[in-house]
Amino acid sequence: MRHLMSPLDFSVEELDRLLDLANDIEQNPGKYAHACDRKRIATLFYEPSTRTRLSFEAAMMNLGGKVLGFSSADSSSAAKGESVSDTIRMASCYADICAMRHPKEGAPLVASMASSIPVINAGDGGHQHPTQTLTDLLTIRSLKGRLNNLTIGLCGDLKFGRTVHSLIEALVRYAGVKFVLISPEELRVPDYIREEVLEKNKKEYKEVIRLEDALPKLDLLYMTRVQKERFFNEEDYVRMKDFYILDKAKMELASADMLVLHPLPRVNEISTEVDSDPRASYFKQVQYGVYVRMALILTLLEVEIC
Amino acid sequence: MLNVGQINEGFVLDHIKAGKSMTIYHDLGLDKLDSCVAIIKNARSNKLGKKDIIKVECPIDMLDLDILGFIDHSITINIIKDGEITSKKKLSLPKQITNVIRCHNPRCITSIEQELKQVFILTDPKKEIYRCKYCEEKYSGKR
Repeated sequence: MRHLMSPLDFSVEELDRLLDLANDIEQNPGKYAHACDRKRIATLFYEPSTRTRLSFEAAMMNLGGKVLGFSSADSSSAAKGESVSDTIRMASCYADICAMRHPKEGAPLVASMASSIPVINAGDGGHQHPTQTLTDLLTIRSLKGRLNNLTIGLCGDLKFGRTVHSLIEALVRYAGVKFVLISPEELRVPDYIREEVLEKNKKEYKEVIRLEDALPKLDLLYMTRVQKERFFNEEDYVRMKDFYILDKAKMELASADMLVLHPLPRVNEISTEVDSDPRASYFKQVQYGVYVRMALILTLLEVEIC
Repeated sequence: MLNVGQINEGFVLDHIKAGKSMTIYHDLGLDKLDSCVAIIKNARSNKLGKKDIIKVECPIDMLDLDILGFIDHSITINIIKDGEITSKKKLSLPKQITNVIRCHNPRCITSIEQELKQVFILTDPKKEIYRCKYCEEKYSGKR
């Protein structure tokens, strides 16, 4: 039995197979419509999430399966003090697979150690969000045709933004990928990403503060939201939240085929006037998120469709 | 020359950095042992100038040497049986340590689930970096 805690749990070859499967699902959805008949996913969400939870639920329903779970800690037995390990033991009796989101880092790993069903980390604090990374990889590969030889700009909250950390860790495995890390000084990427991921893998990267300086050379711009819930101090959040706003004028500095991705939800870091730009790909990304979660559920449940 | 009585079965922990013996005494749980323990502080050493030495008389499977490797892997362990040194052991950094240090990341699951084992994994042997198994936060406390 396998779990998914980090995007690095899959080798590059396994990842290729998963993305191929997701693309096949995209092309032939009918072929998979009953692949998970009589299977259930438990979505155990200890903190609010719209997109990720709905994406998992849509993925399971598209496969013919059913969904159960909770969407906040208040409505679970965690409010009564139940441990993550006990909750997953209980959920293992009701479902075939589980997606867990938890505000505390490492909670899904604790769950996987006690679970008798596959556990998918659906986001743990500021740590990992592997299914967002799989979504990002599928989007990039589908729209750019490759995952190597890309110059990728990551912009915004690079300190607490777990999607950014996971994406960097996944992309350093591909040749010719360069990173431009765009953030205010206070939200720079953590030292372990610089030292143990980028430098260890001998990846070219630079850190800049101004988005305008980075835009002309990028193949892809990955925008992130400054997340209020990651700050212990309201004052720091207010100071950081409007640091970057991508608008039409800035998009004119970018190349004609630069993709704009965003894990969503956005607040104001991408102006709505950019939505109609053909390079804005963040809503396509949401659709790819469902395909890749379908592929992941099939892979972890070891369901094969001929 | 300082002479401390010979031990029959146990350990001599040699080449301890001068002044560190009491920390090791507590970290190894020697204060809880009902055994003969001798602590020699600031002994002369050709290699270190000054060093501490700890002699412990106890069955040789009684101590968790992994903890010692984490605290100071330059310590030499002499294993004594029948009053003789039967082997010398060089320590290395343990790949994993359990319940020796605590994760200080307030966002880590161990901060709310106190019964979880505190597990740290050696992620960079060159820089001697340990990270929490759960949240991967670097341990930056004192060793």
